[in-house]
Amino acid sequence: MTSGAHPEVTVGAGGAGGPQKELLRFLTCGSVDDGKSTLIGRLLYDTRLILEDQLAALERDSRRHGTTGEELDLALLVDGLQAEREQGITIDVAYRFFSTPRRAFIVADTPGHEQYTRNMATGASNSQAAVILIDARKGVLTQTRRHSYICSLLGIKHVVLAVNKIDLVDYSGERFHHIVGDYLGFAQALQFSSITPIPLSARYGDNVIHRSEQMRWYEGPTLIEHLEALDVTEGLDEKPFRFPVQWVNRPNLDFRGFSGTVASGVVRAGDRVVVAASGRESTVARIVTADGDLAEARAGDAVTLTLTDEVDVARGDVLALSHERPEVVDQFAAQVLWMIEEPMLPGRSYLMRIGTRFVPARITSLKHKTDVNTLEHIAAKTLAINEIGFCNLGTASPVAFDPYGENPRTGAFVLIDRFTHQTAGAGMISFGLRRATNIHRQALLVDKAARTRLNGHRPAILWFTGLSGSGKSTIANIVERELHVLGAHTYMLDGDNVRHGLNRDLGFTDADRVENVRRVGEVARLFVDAGAIVLCSFISPFRAERRMVRELVEAGEFIEIFVDTPIEECKRRDPKGLYARALAGKIKHFTGIDSPYEIPESAEIVLETGGGPEPAARRVLDALRERHIIG
Amino acid sequence: MSTDTLSRARLSQHLKRLEAESIGILREVAAEFRNPVMLYSIGKDSGVLLHLALKAFYPSKPPFPLLHIDTGWKFRDMIRHRDEIVKRYGVKLLVHTNPEGLARGINPITSGSRLHTQVMKTEALKQALDKWGFDAAFGGARRDEEKSRAKERIFSFRSAGHVWDPRNQRPELWNLYNTRISQGETIRVFPLSNWTELDIWQYTRAEDIPVVPLYFAAPRPVIERDGQLIMRDDERMPLRPGELERVRMVRFRSLGCYPLSAAIESTAATLDAIIAEMLATRTSERSGRLIDTDEAASMEKKKRDGYF
Repeated sequence: MTSGAHPEVTVGAGGAGGPQKELLRFLTCGSVDDGKSTLIGRLLYDTRLILEDQLAALERDSRRHGTTGEELDLALLVDGLQAEREQGITIDVAYRFFSTPRRAFIVADTPGHEQYTRNMATGASNSQAAVILIDARKGVLTQTRRHSYICSLLGIKHVVLAVNKIDLVDYSGERFHHIVGDYLGFAQALQFSSITPIPLSARYGDNVIHRSEQMRWYEGPTLIEHLEALDVTEGLDEKPFRFPVQWVNRPNLDFRGFSGTVASGVVRAGDRVVVAASGRESTVARIVTADGDLAEARAGDAVTLTLTDEVDVARGDVLALSHERPEVVDQFAAQVLWMIEEPMLPGRSYLMRIGTRFVPARITSLKHKTDVNTLEHIAAKTLAINEIGFCNLGTASPVAFDPYGENPRTGAFVLIDRFTHQTAGAGMISFGLRRATNIHRQALLVDKAARTRLNGHRPAILWFTGLSGSGKSTIANIVERELHVLGAHTYMLDGDNVRHGLNRDLGFTDADRVENVRRVGEVARLFVDAGAIVLCSFISPFRAERRMVRELVEAGEFIEIFVDTPIEECKRRDPKGLYARALAGKIKHFTGIDSPYEIPESAEIVLETGGGPEPAARRVLDALRERHIIG
Repeated sequence: MSTDTLSRARLSQHLKRLEAESIGILREVAAEFRNPVMLYSIGKDSGVLLHLALKAFYPSKPPFPLLHIDTGWKFRDMIRHRDEIVKRYGVKLLVHTNPEGLARGINPITSGSRLHTQVMKTEALKQALDKWGFDAAFGGARRDEEKSRAKERIFSFRSAGHVWDPRNQRPELWNLYNTRISQGETIRVFPLSNWTELDIWQYTRAEDIPVVPLYFAAPRPVIERDGQLIMRDDERMPLRPGELERVRMVRFRSLGCYPLSAAIESTAATLDAIIAEMLATRTSERSGRLIDTDEAASMEKKKRDGYF
């Protein structure tokens, strides 16, 4: 489309003209001097959305507050708050509407200063694309990096790099290409699907709506051409079905429906669905709307579902298809943007809103914060306003979610201050965590603490690791016998009793070894919860899996015991003849032969060879007394 | 309400999305607030808002009443329309007029538009919200109407005393609205924030929503005053010397108190004609609102004071 074809922009009063137009929501980011408000003013002016009475007001205001001398100051069209007009800056997010024959647009006009990072994130949260402004005289600045990072963090996929004020560098192509090169070098690390650089002058309108006569060297689209053509289908229909229940619709005793908006995916009458948190299943009976029942509902549809069974469903629950369930956890890792003056404090309780659910939540640890200007990770104890940190969070009861990267509708949350009710933080879930400290289980009448009092000793996992033939099981057996004599509740988990039952389906590949240890760890955790001392005797060659089990239980409950017998000695002993068979090539993936063993770096107890198993067992028992696990 | 299943197919993708978003907002308030109310101003936006509420909770009725702040100076056609709608849909309507303003004889003609709006609309609204103890109030405002509205949240927080502080608004991310408030605080909710005037008319046509006949062009007696066409709806508005009532073909783009609502010359007598007229228009909707032109940023000022 060229400038000559454009004057048929016909919509006079803002908004969509034609009946089948689709909508694009985008945000503009840039600082005071980048000309952001001027650009939006230009878009409105050139799409002829500035009406006569507004134009008259603009002429008055330009004389009073304007910065452009005799010309119209287009920025005054959008800076709506009195303080903004007086200070000549954009403070808050404003939403503007305009349309062309091809598309309707909602622009989130967001401020660019670092102290308004939260406002920019707000605009980005509901946008499908971003226009990032750069002043052609200044090139890529710290603020450009900040704006790009925030867009990327909020999941924006399409970026327009608007190199503005190109008139002030004599419409130089060389300058433009230099800036673009700089930007692409930096933006590679961010996960954008498209970056479209456009040289333009918002003040004079070059390459905004009308193609510039001054830049014949530029062959790409004008800003509006690009925004009209951009494919921003979010693909929400193709994602798994998620339905956060918003309101229980109960007009009379014969009707019980669940009203809400489909967050993603498609549901049809007759589909088998599950309440994510409780695991209860039912079947969709009807999809009710005021316009009649529907055969199916898709992402974005506001409907009311009825089910064939009387299952317990309330506001805050998430319905999913039985075979495509979301994760349900009470511990997860997330990026958190802090938005209030009062700093974020790990350990403090906030109210989390995720989907339609409100649940008390704590930030259990702040892994690091990110410098929004350099993207460096910095160790930190708290987050101040406008800071972004990577955190672990715990909720008072399990919540259903998908990682934000996979589904922003079910992976986003806000944190609300429980006293002032301000919106304190915004979060994007990265992944779920497994931890033993399920806050909601503290409500149980008989808990681990109660069992510990009854048993007279504390629970623990004694994790014996070492090569095959190192003597793990021999020592563990003696330790268990001694503990039994002392009246402790014990249980032994080893390859023999696990591999024949629970883990019968696993082999000895690296992946199977990891799964083997994971399952053993989960079983051991249950024994710990039951108050027992559980002895686990596994080669467990990888540090990561041993650490995984360690993190399943509370600090001090996991005792790693490294049976440090050199491989020569193990081969010499070879009690089951396994080394001989492995060396002959008859067993694959044998630890120490053709599969690695990662030596523990911080085992609680290291048992060296020599002296026999009995003294080694006594050392273990001594260590348990020192740690007050047994009396 | 129409139960015609074809009406859904008639809606464009764009209007369907707007409808779904608004329904989501309406349900959110019903689920989260103790005592919500829907401001009903009888105009086209109110008509759409009520229609959306009827759809949002179907087969239940909207779980909140309507509230009309009656200044006593609305067009007679508006009041007639209001009472018809209430009867037709079986919804509960509360009406409030500021008794002190009435006693003081505040009116738009001799008191001036500013004082009249302040006392009979803004103060009256605050009285009504306090009287019935509403903690959330729906309004039909749209972001495309006016610059300070463009910066207002969908869930707009008001401190005790109904004060709006534009510098201290809650960030509003995704559709995760913060519905939590403390004792005495309230929320104004704007389900039509993302609609434009044209969307309103196209939706009204597609869904066959009844509107006040004053929106349609007809021969009406009007006087020309300060460059605006005013319809004398009753004898309370005296003619100034030299003013003559003349019958002209006019309609209203925006309805309020009749001495403060200017008509435009138009022949648009159907919804289709109104939409066609809008596509060609060169003035904004609020240009017929005499109360907005008092001074620059006047809407922001009124909103800070508690106006919708």
